Amino acid sequence: MTAIIGNGKAATTNPARSSAPLGGAMAFLGIDRCLPLFHGSQGCTAFALVLMVRHFREAIPLQTTAMGELSTILGGAENVEEAISNIRQRAAPRLIGLCSTALTETRGEDAFGDLRLMRERHPEWSDMAVVLASTPDYAGGLQEGWATAVEAVIAEMVPEGRPDPSPLQVNVLPGSHLTPGDVEELRDIVAAFGLEPIVLPDLSGSLDGHVPRQYVPTTLGGTEVDDIPRMGASAVTLAIGEQMRPAAELLERRAGVPVRVFDRLVGLRPVDAFIAALSEISGRPVPANLRRQRSRLVDAMLDGHFYFAGRNVAIAADADLLLSLGGFLADMGCTLQAAVSTTASSALERVPADSVVIGDLDDLERAGAGTDLIVAHSHGRLAAEHLGVPLYRVGFPVFDRLGAAARVTIGYRGTRDLIFRIGNILIEGHEGHESPGHGSMERAHDGIAEAPLAVD
Amino acid sequence: MGRQTRAAMFQQPGCAINQSKPEHQRAKGCSPRSLVPGAAAGGCAFDGSKIALQPITDAAHLVHGPIACEGNSWDSRNSQSSGPTLYRTGFTTDLGEMDIIQGGERRLYRAIKEIVQRHAPPAVFVYTTCVPALIGDDVEAVCAAAAERLGTPVIPVNAPGFAGSKNLGNRLAGEALLKHVIGTVEPDWRTPRDINIIGDYNVSGELWQVTPLLKRLGIRVLASISGDARYREVATAHRARATMVVCSQAMVAMARSLQQDYGIPYFEGSFHGIGETSSALTRMAELLVRQGAPPSLIGLTQDLIAEEEAKAWDRLEPYLPRLAGKRVLLYTGGVKSWSMISALQELGMTVVGTSVRKSTEDDKDRIRDLMGEDAEMFGQIPAKELWRRLTSGEADILLSGGRTQFTALKTKTPWVDVNQERHHAYAGYVGMANLAQQIDSALHHPIWAQVRAPAPWEGAEAAP
Repeated sequence: MTAIIGNGKAATTNPARSSAPLGGAMAFLGIDRCLPLFHGSQGCTAFALVLMVRHFREAIPLQTTAMGELSTILGGAENVEEAISNIRQRAAPRLIGLCSTALTETRGEDAFGDLRLMRERHPEWSDMAVVLASTPDYAGGLQEGWATAVEAVIAEMVPEGRPDPSPLQVNVLPGSHLTPGDVEELRDIVAAFGLEPIVLPDLSGSLDGHVPRQYVPTTLGGTEVDDIPRMGASAVTLAIGEQMRPAAELLERRAGVPVRVFDRLVGLRPVDAFIAALSEISGRPVPANLRRQRSRLVDAMLDGHFYFAGRNVAIAADADLLLSLGGFLADMGCTLQAAVSTTASSALERVPADSVVIGDLDDLERAGAGTDLIVAHSHGRLAAEHLGVPLYRVGFPVFDRLGAAARVTIGYRGTRDLIFRIGNILIEGHEGHESPGHGSMERAHDGIAEAPLAVD
Repeated sequence: MGRQTRAAMFQQPGCAINQSKPEHQRAKGCSPRSLVPGAAAGGCAFDGSKIALQPITDAAHLVHGPIACEGNSWDSRNSQSSGPTLYRTGFTTDLGEMDIIQGGERRLYRAIKEIVQRHAPPAVFVYTTCVPALIGDDVEAVCAAAAERLGTPVIPVNAPGFAGSKNLGNRLAGEALLKHVIGTVEPDWRTPRDINIIGDYNVSGELWQVTPLLKRLGIRVLASISGDARYREVATAHRARATMVVCSQAMVAMARSLQQDYGIPYFEGSFHGIGETSSALTRMAELLVRQGAPPSLIGLTQDLIAEEEAKAWDRLEPYLPRLAGKRVLLYTGGVKSWSMISALQELGMTVVGTSVRKSTEDDKDRIRDLMGEDAEMFGQIPAKELWRRLTSGEADILLSGGRTQFTALKTKTPWVDVNQERHHAYAGYVGMANLAQQIDSALHHPIWAQVRAPAPWEGAEAAP
């Protein structure tokens, strides 16, 4: 049983968590021709914008209601109205994704009510959707903001009632812990069974790093707005990550679409479970290329397990990513010496560690002395420097390495790549200073070629 | 924050903006442009205050607010330290729902105490953000109580985001230093060549490209505000003989207060470009001599300038033919606009346009002097307009900050970072060669011919 504990500190030190509105905006960025909008002071937007620009290495469309001193005192509804009108005029989006912030939530604005009145005053707004996600910075983090935004999209755009089901159509709700590269891999896997996925949100269409032919003020690519109302007709909703359960269950309540939650897609057994489910849903056997990929993963596990065995890892991540990667590392024989989650989640109970601290990168650093590897986002570099331990960068933000958005770690293929990447770091770290336990194993492994074969 | 304080912030009779206005407008002072919802960009006052003070390397910097303010922004600037690293640690009270219901004062006090007990810093800076300002946390009182009980200076910086722009935040940070820090420590010894440098944040170590020159002239940087600064040095700023302001509009108010309160004269200058560096050194020497430094300092300075300029031009020689006549679009602000223009012109490049977002009238006059009357100056460029300018081929290269980096790259235009996050130092005589080298490398990079060519199957239809 994993113990979930708080860090008991008043000063969060070297934060691991990004804010909920940022997560909300990121989810909206996975919808085609969308423009996310923060209801807050312009700094809230500037920080989130810059961080996403640095992570994705893309120009990011994100706007602000620019709350000032006066509007903070008198109420911000006018700012919201003006912002939406301005954006509609200048950028003509199909969808505006409005995220509240701590500033406006602390004021206690009735943003939902305000928005309803605005819509009545502006019939011309009917040519676009406006979705409001309640994402105060003081509750949750990136993962929760992401999940809230997806829920809000479903609540606003998927009609209630069960339409005629399309037996091959499936909803895929990827959590915030999946990269654009992961989402693409996920869609390909689902499509390999002849299924027609509607992926919400779909960062692989918008933030995959492509060069557009002209300037577009909104997102370009992602979930098609017109596909969202059709989600009620899907045969099933595949929620990836515990964080997506509420959104999937909302779809179930609204349109009767059954839910399947997959909390991990990294590692042999979790991927097997997913593939088996797809085979069952589609009524088709597992395609040959996936069987081959599975066999390659098994081979990589056999080749790589020496280097993971008995190694200690300190990991900090948002809850679902923590479960995903922590579970994988344990599957490969590592010990999670320290596990830090940014927020609480029922997923944490399944993290294979003695305890999970809900805390920051300072907690990671303090518990991580003597580990072989730190797994965290780019800010983990401070802890890694101080401890003299290699850092494997995962999650958000990764601003000091290339290709964070393109990296694939899910499915058989992604898991195999992950074994190679992390395995090589562990090998490299090991070449300098051999620990006796591991060294003997490596010698045994190296010795295979020279050892006389036992022939009957 | 109180309205009066804020109004006072904008009554800067010495500020260049106000000085340049016609008599009848001057009384109003300057006020922040109101922001347009749905069409605004840029940081907030908190951001500005943190930029200005965080380079104080041995202090702890605690952000009192919910996670966004610090969690989304920490560990992102490239201010360098020659010693202490505590300034790189991100501290925040990370306010949760219960803190907001019950008030954040208790948590703030506990956070300060934890930091002092664990790190024993010479001081703790506490930055107020929107939410505690809104719920009425008495941050000043908590700081005062903590300072007394813990025996460590705890400095409130009152610049919540909704108060205004980054620029206002810079000024409020200066106010906090004047009110709580400067004058609280006496220097161990004094020289007639002690100066303050205000507005340089030692990004990528730019300050260190200049300090060796000053050292050769016997000039001591008594207080740097705040690049590579130590808290106690900042606190002695009132004993300097002269102040140099490196980023004009943002921190000139502070220099002015130092002049008013302590009689320290100031000048505005820049270390970008050979000519500007020489001019800054000359003015610094002249000002110090007027303040009582030995008159020989001027001759000494002239000798150093002659020697360093010659070396600098030698270093530039290989680049000049490769940069001559290349067209630059400059998208930065404030003093950087004109100082960069003069640096680029020294490289033989043509500046086809520059932003003057944060520039004063004074700055704009200097730009006109450098570029001629029909110099194109613009404010905020919307991304769409920037895209159009770059695809129309009016510039060979864009010099800007990270926010516009990817717009430039998508149009397949060479780009060099000249903002806060930059990883190369361009100051002084040595920095010029770095700048030339970076621009040269960007302009003549082998990828351009490859990525601009259409795919074989695209035929005559050209890629963007």
